[in-house]
Amino acid sequence: MGAPDQYVLTCRGLSKTFRVGRRSTEALRDLTIQVARGKVTGLIGPDGAGKTTLMRLAAGLLRPDTGSIVVLGLDASRQSLRVQASVGYMPQRFGLYEDLTVQENLELYADLQGVSVASRSVRYQELMQMTGLAPFMRRLAGRLSGGMKQKLGLACTLIHPPRLLLLDEPTVGVDPVSRRELWQIVARFVREEGTTVLLSTAYLDEAEACDEVIILDEGSFLGQGRPSEFSQTLTGRTFKARSAGTRKNRDLQEACSSQADVIDAVIQGDAVRLVLQPDADSRRDSMLADLKDVSMVPVPPRFEDSFVAMLRARRIADGAAFDSSASGDEDDLTVDAPDGNGGERGRELVRQAGAVGKPGRLVEVHDLQRRFGDFHAVKGISFDITRGEVFGLLGANGAGKTTTFRMLCGLLPASGGTLRVAGVDVRRAAATARARIGYMSHKFSLYGTLSVGDNLRFFSSAYGLARRRRRERIAWAVAEFQLGSVVNSNSGELPLGYKQRLALACALMHEPEMIFLDEPTSGVDPLARREFWHRINVLAARGVTVMVTTHFMEEAEYCDRMAIMMDGRILALGTPEGIKQQSRSPDNPEPTMEDAFIKLIETESVQT
Amino acid sequence: MTKTISETDHPATTARRGGSLMRLRGLVRKEFLQVVRDPSALAIAFVLPVILLLLFGYGVSLDAEHVPIALVVEKPTADTASLCGEFEQSRYFSPIYVHGLPAAKQAVTNGRVDAILHFRHDFSERIRRPGGGAVQLLVNGVDANTARIVTGYVEGVYGRWLEHRARQMGRRTSGPIGIKPRIWFNANVRSRNFLVPGVVAVVMTLIGALLTALLMAREWERGTMEALMVTPVSMFEVLVGKIFPYFVLGMGGLALSVTMSVWLFHVPLRGSVWVLVLGSSMFLLTALGMGLFISTVTRVQFVAAQVAIITTFLPAFILSGFIFDIGSMPWPIQWLTRLIPARYYVSILKTTFLAGDVWVVIWPNLFALAAMATFFLGLTRVLSTKRLD
Repeated sequence: MGAPDQYVLTCRGLSKTFRVGRRSTEALRDLTIQVARGKVTGLIGPDGAGKTTLMRLAAGLLRPDTGSIVVLGLDASRQSLRVQASVGYMPQRFGLYEDLTVQENLELYADLQGVSVASRSVRYQELMQMTGLAPFMRRLAGRLSGGMKQKLGLACTLIHPPRLLLLDEPTVGVDPVSRRELWQIVARFVREEGTTVLLSTAYLDEAEACDEVIILDEGSFLGQGRPSEFSQTLTGRTFKARSAGTRKNRDLQEACSSQADVIDAVIQGDAVRLVLQPDADSRRDSMLADLKDVSMVPVPPRFEDSFVAMLRARRIADGAAFDSSASGDEDDLTVDAPDGNGGERGRELVRQAGAVGKPGRLVEVHDLQRRFGDFHAVKGISFDITRGEVFGLLGANGAGKTTTFRMLCGLLPASGGTLRVAGVDVRRAAATARARIGYMSHKFSLYGTLSVGDNLRFFSSAYGLARRRRRERIAWAVAEFQLGSVVNSNSGELPLGYKQRLALACALMHEPEMIFLDEPTSGVDPLARREFWHRINVLAARGVTVMVTTHFMEEAEYCDRMAIMMDGRILALGTPEGIKQQSRSPDNPEPTMEDAFIKLIETESVQT
Repeated sequence: MTKTISETDHPATTARRGGSLMRLRGLVRKEFLQVVRDPSALAIAFVLPVILLLLFGYGVSLDAEHVPIALVVEKPTADTASLCGEFEQSRYFSPIYVHGLPAAKQAVTNGRVDAILHFRHDFSERIRRPGGGAVQLLVNGVDANTARIVTGYVEGVYGRWLEHRARQMGRRTSGPIGIKPRIWFNANVRSRNFLVPGVVAVVMTLIGALLTALLMAREWERGTMEALMVTPVSMFEVLVGKIFPYFVLGMGGLALSVTMSVWLFHVPLRGSVWVLVLGSSMFLLTALGMGLFISTVTRVQFVAAQVAIITTFLPAFILSGFIFDIGSMPWPIQWLTRLIPARYYVSILKTTFLAGDVWVVIWPNLFALAAMATFFLGLTRVLSTKRLD
């Protein structure tokens, strides 16, 4: 009797394949795992790893092709109704009825879960207090912020205390404060009601907070254990590198990642975090000499290091060509290649523009506003972007980032304020401004049924490139973004990493002086994210101004300057270092960007 | 220890939990709240029916009245004046006098008139001769229906004038047999009287099939269906939770349509209200079944709307006998109309409105609708599983 009680969920040889037309995708391949009772187990893996499929199988919403999945002692595919009566499942897009109020949503789920009328008011009160939604009971769910919606979704899932709680990426795009609150609610249920939690997440710092993690990749099982067990394998191989000179961290990161012994290099705080090859210790001195003026301090490994190292090893073993681009040699090629006329032209453009326009300011925004009906999406924000800068806009879903972006690109008229891009008043001459900027939306607006080559041809003609120039630019894009092997494939069927590169290539066809990237790294695995930032670094090195939005706080470190947005306002504006400085305190001498964000929101809510 | 928890905890919670009625109540309440708050649902349920009824009650008329015709008289005489007078007095025509045939032809080309009546210069002489005289009628045949009606009416007016004239001169022109038409059920031959009851079928199709298909597909699109599925609710309850509110809404649409028909358009309601309610319930259940079936299969609002319009709304317009008489369709199309639920409903509607409770007509139609309702609702029930694959 001990064994079934100890594990709440057991999969044996579980496989699931989806077929769409002639294409079939193996979502899960021969998976055998166990989830222990009363713990928080994290399901970690890049997009397409099979996390959602596993969740749906556990909730009895899918039938496995082979193998079995037993949840709370019940066969999830044959006794699904009984399983559904005792698990709580929050899908990635939780089905809140947006035209119902908070209270009505709660009541619906209380009815569906059969919560007795007598116990309801106590239960509502508890949940509303926990989620901080008590003052908003009568507000329509559609009018809540992203974080509040997510908390309401969780409250609806918890209205009848489940024995197993399945959470599918509950914190994606949620502001750090709500994220922290969501975790607190989950932790409380685990502690007080003995709930078992299985949650998937794209945030690797959250993986660290789990009791146990299960790592999946492309439907295959990579490992299971305590997060620290994974990071321990890297002991002695993780360092922080600092440049003694005035070198930017971005440049240092580029230099480091081109070293053969470096598995992973990311900017972390004021330094570059390195993960080295297992036997790299002996060659460290020569590496340091190679990098010049760099000091390295050992740091304890974290889960993300091991996860990235694992994925990297797998990709190399698979011989997957597309991820190799982040490694060394080609970097120099792309930056300095003589045939990379894009680079030269880029610099040339900068010189030209510098001579014509005011030196410095490429984007000037003053008191920019946007209203949708009675909803104030952007409430009078002001900032400038200097030429050649990488400027980041940080904020949760619904903070107003995308709206600001669309106004800057002239896709959405502003309700008030002034905005100039490349010296052009966007409110008057949007088309003129647009010819000088590139825009990439987070949905990668490509034509999925067209081939990669067709997409490139279409976008170059849309930007009005003539024959020879068009051929040149397409050749450039194919070479620069290593699209040669997929030129004839349908772009809709490409892996996410390729899609992202193609989208970036399309946005750069007309060699804009500035590029706007809207959440380019959302839903992308850590390797593809690193590759993407590498490309941004290359662009920035060429003098292209970059404006980028993200909800990954740590990505702010890649920016020269940044603004934190919340509820349509800018809470802080400055260098990442400067913003973090503001929240430095004796008990937190080295705050992360996330700490800084939380501090800002807290001071903000105290003031209002 | 763990054993005691799992054994005491679980059955206890199950016992405390409410049953099917509580779940249904929740679903139905949710549905009503959504309809009340969603302007597009209200528009389909109440605004569209009113617009359709007004359109068909006032705007569309299959009767030809006040048809503009050109009268070309080459040589005015007492005879032409008297015949033209007949046309002027007829409510079917609004004649205008035009000088010369070319000008009249121009008027037809411009669309100012639909027909030309040409009196030759020898009209008066020729009608006095044996064999009689003649007028030339030129009709714009683009709209074949109107052209036929105009031809018939002109012949009617001309025939009456000849008869009248003959009687004045003490002679008979017509034969010994005269036809005295008497029209049943719609004595005034008002097309409104058979169009407006037909609109009710279209309105019920809109609410039953289109609205339901859209709202169910929306649940799939917004991910609310997935969240619903992982609650103890059964698919049967989800379906009943959809059918009940829209059945009530459909009956509201029926009440609205019937009220407008009777009080605003003065369409007679000769049958009993109960037959109307019974027939409408059967049709509404069929339409709901089709709507739910469409959305269960498509799961996307856009596709669901397209499919619902093509398979339910358009047939209800074209193939139900609402506007176009089924009897005059080619036989393959006639056969096809047997698959259209609206056909049976339109038949019930026209019978109850214009003829009364004629059970010989109503029974077969009711039976057909009941069979179709069972088929579609049953099919939807079978296809609705709590699974995403």
